[in-house]
Amino acid sequence: MSILRSLAQRDRVFDFLVPAASPVDVRHGPILYLEDVTVSFDGFKAINDLSLTIDDGELRCIIGPNGAGKTTMMDIITGKTRPDSGQVWFGSRHDLLTMNEPEIASLGIGRKFQKPTVFEALTVFENLELAMAADKRILPTLTARMNGEIRDRIDEVLEVIGLKALRGRPAGILSHGQKQWLEIGMLLMQRPRLLLVDEPVAGMTEQEMERTAELLTGLAGKQSVVVVEHDMGFVRSIARKVTVLHQGSVLAEGSMDQVSSDPRVVEVYLGAEAEEETV
Amino acid sequence: MDSSRLWLLRPFGERSTLIFLGVLLAAMTLVTLLHVALAPGHPLYVNAYTVNLFGKYLSYALLAVAVDLVWGYLGILSLGHGAFFALGGYAMGMYLMRQIGERGVYGHPVLPDFMVFLNWDSLPWYWLGFDMAWFAFLMVLLVPGVLALVFGFLAFRSRVTGVYLSIITQALTFALMLAFFRNEMGFGGSDGLTDFREILGFNLRSSETRLGLFLASGVALALGYVLCRAIVTSKLGRVCVATRDAEARTRFLGYRVERFQLFVFVVSAMLAGLAGALYVPQVGIINPSEFSPLFSIEIVLWVALGGRATLYGAVIGALLVNYAKTYFTGAMPDAWLFALGGLFVVVTVFLPKGVAGLLALRLRQRRDDGGSLSGKEASA
Ligand SMILES: Nc1ncnc2c1ncn2[C@@H]1O[C@H](COP(=O)(O)OP(=O)(O)O)[C@@H](O)[C@H]1O
Ligand SMILES: [Mg+2]
Repeated sequence: MSILRSLAQRDRVFDFLVPAASPVDVRHGPILYLEDVTVSFDGFKAINDLSLTIDDGELRCIIGPNGAGKTTMMDIITGKTRPDSGQVWFGSRHDLLTMNEPEIASLGIGRKFQKPTVFEALTVFENLELAMAADKRILPTLTARMNGEIRDRIDEVLEVIGLKALRGRPAGILSHGQKQWLEIGMLLMQRPRLLLVDEPVAGMTEQEMERTAELLTGLAGKQSVVVVEHDMGFVRSIARKVTVLHQGSVLAEGSMDQVSSDPRVVEVYLGAEAEEETV
Repeated sequence: MDSSRLWLLRPFGERSTLIFLGVLLAAMTLVTLLHVALAPGHPLYVNAYTVNLFGKYLSYALLAVAVDLVWGYLGILSLGHGAFFALGGYAMGMYLMRQIGERGVYGHPVLPDFMVFLNWDSLPWYWLGFDMAWFAFLMVLLVPGVLALVFGFLAFRSRVTGVYLSIITQALTFALMLAFFRNEMGFGGSDGLTDFREILGFNLRSSETRLGLFLASGVALALGYVLCRAIVTSKLGRVCVATRDAEARTRFLGYRVERFQLFVFVVSAMLAGLAGALYVPQVGIINPSEFSPLFSIEIVLWVALGGRATLYGAVIGALLVNYAKTYFTGAMPDAWLFALGGLFVVVTVFLPKGVAGLLALRLRQRRDDGGSLSGKEASA
């Protein structure tokens, strides 16, 4: 009976659009939906009536001065911080405010933290192996065996992040930029539907930045990507829809050209940066 | 072959494990031969006392492997593993006590001497069953395992790690020591359990039994080593290392870190219990001093000296330190603590990766030399 029902459902959902790993329902709109979200820390509103929608397959850049609430916003989406009020939905079926961190992660939301943390004592390959979507209970992990399928998947991701030549080296020897890519690779191993990437290019060289921009734009479409970034040059090089965050809410949204000509944006963010540059 | 059991066999494909097992087997064979085949007057003859001493070292080595499993690979610095060792020892001691039967000083058919002395008229319930070897041997693993399960469940669930965890493991073993000192606990108070006669029907004072216990300790060490190696080379072992180095990150990958910690902690406690059970019949006594916080710290020193996170380093450390201890306490009893302290300082300053680190470095240098040589040959 239940098989029949699921078959009937399959008939209506265009299954090939939805990777099997994630049950998220995006038929009726965006993949991520935040409405009127507010969080305060000791009375200080880090996020203030924030509303934001991300479409399926979109690559969105979020910019904003330090302390604007960008990292806090990611904490809310991933279940690390609970908002005081508001709604957060993943697709139209999953209310993220009712779930804990591991549940949200297993739904297909991957997050790259600001500071790269890879497992330095393990090899690049092993880092990806641990990150792979798999049965993560104790006994299956103890008896897990490497097979061709897993190896292929890891090789595929190694190719995407450009670390194939370093697969057998300990992650501790990687450069800062390479660690960031490895982290992105670890996220990809989980076949996420939505990637949250916090300040990926901080501390990167010019070339590494270019390479990262290519990597992220290459990912969009296959999955939705939200990039929080400080570096305007980098955001410009990605050239997608930009959301400007200020004091915990959305100040402006649009193309890079649109937002950078918005007087309010110029005042709070670009102005400050321009000043810095002229000094 | 059953694929679900293949993980247990994986260590046999590793060179380091084969070398370890080979050396251990060779040492066991050599000691046995020198003991059995030579006449007592021969200069190379190994007497029963020495066989017994080596057996004790081997049980310590197993204990060190258990500690290295949690400290080296999981980053949990347990300063209370002596408690699991002692509990395994007490379980074995209770079995040995009940084997004495009516041959005790008071000749009571069931009650051990100390209970008769305390005017008890029947066995406490927790002594029941210990007259049966299978039950007692099961308890050797189960009692430390259950204590580790309860303790670890509480500690890891509340995410107690680092120094705090080390401190409460010290508190655990200290509390147990105080409890076991009390006569009312029914474990012989400060005298502990002693005057053992037989194990599985074999006279504990005979040199054959001593040789048997030495060999049993060697086999237990080999099995424990292979089990730990199988764990650390599995994907679970890599999750442990990941937890050790970046716990929050591991949790974020979807691993229930506290369960992995608990699993490995319990396995380690059971191995420590087994080590204790092998130790007790060889030294002939178990008393609350095995619960002493200092002893637990000493175990960690063995591992640090030998080299953390290699397993074989723990074995080397345990053997070296205990051999040195036997030597010093015989030659200069007062100097032992200073020697131990000095050794520890030397190792932390000059050999941060312990003796095993030194060995690995030597090997790598040799390999590198060999590698560059063959490179030259290839280019020539
Ligand atoms: N756990 C917390 N407790 C108190 N204040 C916090 C906490 N997390 C963030 N904040 C504050 O909230 C504001 C937004 O921080 P954050 O989201 O990190 O900004 P951004 O990532 O945009 O630089 C900052 O003023 C910060 O000090
Ligand atoms: Mg931030």
